Amino acid sequence: MDFIAILSIFVLACFVGYYVVWSVTPALHTPLMAVTNAISSVIIVGALIASAAAGSVGGKWLGLVAVVLASINIFGGFAVTQRMLAMYKKKERPAATGGHK
Amino acid sequence: MQHVAVNPWVALAYLIAGVCFILALRGLSSPTTSQRGNRFGMIGMAIAVVTTLVTHIPTITVLVEGYDYAALFSAIDSVAVVEILAAIGIGAVIGITTARRIAMTAMPQLVAAFHSLVGLAAVLVAAAAYLNPVAFGIAVPVLTPEGAFALINPVSRIEMGLGVAIGAITFSGSVIAFLKLNGNMGGAPILLPARHVINLGVLAAILALVAYFTIDQSPWVFWTITALSFAIGFLLIVPIGGADMPVVVSMLNSYSGWAAAAMGFTLHNSAMIITGALVGSSGAILSYIMCRAMNRSFVSVIAGGFGAEAAAGGAGAAKTDRPWKRGSAEDAAFLMSQAEQVIIVPGYGMAVAQAQHVLREMADKLKEHGVRVKYAIHPVAGRMPGHMNVLLAEANVPYDEVFELEDINSEFAQTDVAFVIGANDVTNPAAKTDKTSPIYGMPVLDVEKAKTVLFVKRSMGGVGYAGVDNDVFYRDNTMMLLADAKKMVEDIVKALD
Repeated sequence: MDFIAILSIFVLACFVGYYVVWSVTPALHTPLMAVTNAISSVIIVGALIASAAAGSVGGKWLGLVAVVLASINIFGGFAVTQRMLAMYKKKERPAATGGHK
Repeated sequence: MQHVAVNPWVALAYLIAGVCFILALRGLSSPTTSQRGNRFGMIGMAIAVVTTLVTHIPTITVLVEGYDYAALFSAIDSVAVVEILAAIGIGAVIGITTARRIAMTAMPQLVAAFHSLVGLAAVLVAAAAYLNPVAFGIAVPVLTPEGAFALINPVSRIEMGLGVAIGAITFSGSVIAFLKLNGNMGGAPILLPARHVINLGVLAAILALVAYFTIDQSPWVFWTITALSFAIGFLLIVPIGGADMPVVVSMLNSYSGWAAAAMGFTLHNSAMIITGALVGSSGAILSYIMCRAMNRSFVSVIAGGFGAEAAAGGAGAAKTDRPWKRGSAEDAAFLMSQAEQVIIVPGYGMAVAQAQHVLREMADKLKEHGVRVKYAIHPVAGRMPGHMNVLLAEANVPYDEVFELEDINSEFAQTDVAFVIGANDVTNPAAKTDKTSPIYGMPVLDVEKAKTVLFVKRSMGGVGYAGVDNDVFYRDNTMMLLADAKKMVEDIVKALD
């Protein structure tokens, strides 16, 4: 991919992000932060490439440490988000009035 | 060397992962779809990780010698595979254990800690890419009379330089935010002399070095950028006071996204770019919402020093000789049981007193008396965006009884009792009327419009974060319930029986 193609993906994704995030209900802003934390650890992709590559011992070990850090975030982030989201419950009576969002 | 995105199937897999991450955030638009969204996030991450593992199997070259031949073969380096899987396993154990044990009140610290890990991981990946650029497909081998070396593409150098800088700022900034939120470091801002000059100078130096990096890829340039960025992250967050931490945590959330995006540019990886853009926007929007809720400009938060000025003003502002009414738990129980509608306004003080569970019991008792109970949440009621909602959800408060400020503020006028517990500044009418007040212009909950205000507070002396007196205390329709929040609510529950 050339630079312009990548830049296009980036710019469009910023717009998608803008609209998607504004549609998140304020009640779920803490889980939003936890889950964005988990997904930003997609940086593990770079860490895996570094730790699988031959040619630089230093690069490989930096990569492995990065894999550990990113994994803590991925597993921890998704698990804590799941734990929070499971706590959000509706009113017990079937005909919930709600009306909010 | 194989380029990361040469194979269209691989590029497609990363794109699907990116779409899964968009769906993960989309799911958060409602609590009913949120858990499905989170599963999309996990699927996306699994796709990205498995794709990378499969396309980057570590190999070693082995020499095979037969009777009459000797040949070099490429074989899977099983030691390296085990090392990588072990690294993922270690991370999984630490991550899941932490996520299970953490108290919901400690969520802001946890998120800050997680941000610091993303930042550090970004720094390490950028450093690994710098040490071994050929493996990342961002360099061409060049032969010179002195020997062979890898010449990194100039564009990749900018991306790498920015990636390492943002990652390092995220790391050191988040560490300070963690220490402040966790109470290891005082919440008061630490103000260095001439800090704005120092900060701007360091930032300018970082940008200049990133530009210079494109013409000179020497190690000193790369490592100086890294070191200066660690320093600036520290310098930027240290002067910011505890009250502004929700903005800081959101801002660092944004930075962790931009760091991932910068590395995505380096690796030409669409999953990382999409994620980086999503996370970057998310953090930026949350910072904006927090700033608006406190009526503070983003620049003034970043400039720091808010807590210090407010504390100095607060000492003079205390005027405690005005008359006020004190109520008992029995009075409160009677008033609320006779009400048609009660709106509970919780603040962080409720969470500190661990009163959320007994508060839910109180609400249940009131419902048995036929009272309609609602909760009103101010955007900065907790220590991070949406924190109070999580704490109430943990206490089994149904989310459809919990309302945001703009949705419920008009209802106070038709409400019999507003029950304020652990909140203060967010109910202060001075924000609407008193132009000299430090919180003037901040959106507040109109509790004083309710027929009766029950204000649970430890004592009359203390003031809120902003250090200003609250007019609501002295109004005719206000009854002060002076006690520990949890103790008071327990007494009310007993009185309701």
